[in-house]
Amino acid sequence: MKLTAKRAPRLPDRNGHFGRFGGRFVPETLMAPLIELEQAYRAARRDPAFQRRLRDLLANYAGRPTPLYFARRLTERCSGARIYLKREDLCHTGAHKINNVLGQGLLAERMGKRRVIAETGAGQHGVAAATAAALLGLQCEVYMGSEDVERQSLNVFRMRLLGAKVIPVEAGSRTLKDAINEALRDWVTNVRTTYYLLGSALGPHPYPMMVRDFHCVIGEETKRQLREAAGRLPDCVVACVGGGSNAIGLFYPFIPDEAVRIVGVEAAGHGLGSGRHGASLSAGSVGVLHGSMSYVLQNDDGQIATAHSISAGLDYPGVGPEHSYYKEAGRFEYASATDAEALEAFQALARLEGIMPALESAHAVAHAMRLAPTLGREQVIVIGLSGRGDKDVQVVSSEGGSAPLPNLPPGDCAGEAGARTSAEPRLR
Amino acid sequence: MSRLARTFAGLRRRGARALIPYFTAGDPSLAATRQLVLEAARRGADVVELGVPFSDPLADGPVIQRASQRALAAGVSLARVLELAREARREVTIPIVLLTYYNPVHAFGLKAFAHGAVEAGVDGVIVADLPPEEAGPLAAEAQAAGLDLIHLVAPTSPPERMRLIARKSRGFIYFVSLTGVTGARTTLPPDLAENLRQLRAVTTKPVCVGFGISTPEQVAAVAPYADGVIVGSAIVRLVETHTGSDRLVMEVGNFIASLKEPLRSTR
Repeated sequence: MKLTAKRAPRLPDRNGHFGRFGGRFVPETLMAPLIELEQAYRAARRDPAFQRRLRDLLANYAGRPTPLYFARRLTERCSGARIYLKREDLCHTGAHKINNVLGQGLLAERMGKRRVIAETGAGQHGVAAATAAALLGLQCEVYMGSEDVERQSLNVFRMRLLGAKVIPVEAGSRTLKDAINEALRDWVTNVRTTYYLLGSALGPHPYPMMVRDFHCVIGEETKRQLREAAGRLPDCVVACVGGGSNAIGLFYPFIPDEAVRIVGVEAAGHGLGSGRHGASLSAGSVGVLHGSMSYVLQNDDGQIATAHSISAGLDYPGVGPEHSYYKEAGRFEYASATDAEALEAFQALARLEGIMPALESAHAVAHAMRLAPTLGREQVIVIGLSGRGDKDVQVVSSEGGSAPLPNLPPGDCAGEAGARTSAEPRLR
Repeated sequence: MSRLARTFAGLRRRGARALIPYFTAGDPSLAATRQLVLEAARRGADVVELGVPFSDPLADGPVIQRASQRALAAGVSLARVLELAREARREVTIPIVLLTYYNPVHAFGLKAFAHGAVEAGVDGVIVADLPPEEAGPLAAEAQAAGLDLIHLVAPTSPPERMRLIARKSRGFIYFVSLTGVTGARTTLPPDLAENLRQLRAVTTKPVCVGFGISTPEQVAAVAPYADGVIVGSAIVRLVETHTGSDRLVMEVGNFIASLKEPLRSTR
């Protein structure tokens, strides 16, 4: 089934459903506050003063528009489609997350909530939320799985420097899933005074819609920039999918453009067959987690499984409901990349372009490098480079990341002629 | 008339209130939970709630989270909770209600669950994360099978939602006393009586109050405003404390008897 602009329904519907996905599967205590949040958001969206203030912050504070960069050496290395990088890693705080927190931060302020809470996996959303809170003079507390606190210590320190309180979560798998549980428990308790600044396009309605809307600027800019640079639409857009916020932001404006292939890349961890991965869409089934119906990783009894990924931001057993909808509608494709492939892509981008991607974004790079050689040289791939990799250097280093690249000896890296003649993708 | 409806009608006739103890099914074992249910019925429980353990219980505080993890580690699943209910049903006549999150029910299959529950002798089900807006499919299966789907009202529910929920709820209405997760609190929320008065103004269905109620004194304070009182974490905590001790059943039984005392007929 192909969705065209004319046939595409306006989603979500009034109860927050994307077809059979989405919705509001939450304790009754949160229902009235979610309805109030949706009304406040819809009013803000219509308010020119709100939109003006957001646009100003995105331009002058966050640094938008971010560049659309033609990755010449990466393109040559892959011997195929021309590869462009949408540089969300150049946003203030180092990831796309800032788009959403500025929007929701302004909304919290507008709703008169002086305390914001957030969950974080890799720490990028936590840092962004702490940043927005500092900017707007709000009190901020961030829930973070204790395993993530350990592997993302740099971001924990950044959040504390920004004045936020980081609360390690010891429950369950001690990662993003449990941080969201704990943030929801806090919100149920303090809902009258507290704004829950959810960081991905998941959770109960209106979050998937609202977070998507705040990130759509990524895809809109990409469309405009590529038209200016190449006078055309991309043939393919690729982004990593954990909860799916950067991906939906890049993808959404291209949904009506039928000729554009849209590909999300999930975390295959140790491999899809290993049972240790974060690929809900590729290897999960339909269920309810964190307030919405979507694809989740679960056992036969409906108990949520523990995800695994080398990147904390993809280490999540669910995915935003809109991704599930467009997967089933056949409009989005989903692929996956393993921990090892992401590490190789991290190193390839560092060596070939001087850009260290976040390990999350490296999954998208890995798949684009597989895809590019299968396309013609006149074709264009855009990779959503959702964040920068500074936070991951310890992980990469402990995984042997300073060693020479497999299949990519240092001498060969510099030899563009060799790369050009090779039809084979060097990195698998 | 359902077993729940008969129970509350009988209590109202006698001027008494229901005591509804909650147990996380399978903590510390399914056999122990069965014994605890029998003891609860013997010591004054009018309805018993069995919690289906879930990996991500976002409406629960630490005590029930820990109990759920223990039960899951022991291999408890919704299917085995239904077996437990079936065994308990042979020995007790009071209504049995399941408290669960939606995902285990969804994974089990809505129709299979509704029929399986009724067939096991379960009378009602409370789904912590299923507001009426999302409950249509389960409500249809529950109604067809004769299972009461019990909805919750919260302190944040405005009057129009109270009316909607009261209309949809079967068996009784679960009033959540406070904004927060399950767990004992030292004091009752100050607006509890006023919130219950508002709910009473829109419904004649039985109203039971839960969350944060852990002592006979708190039960006595809530009793005038409710048809029943639900006590969960305080009991689960007691089970946790006495797990492995041969005093477990007796200690829990004594506590249940003390909670029931203020709810006996006031006439």
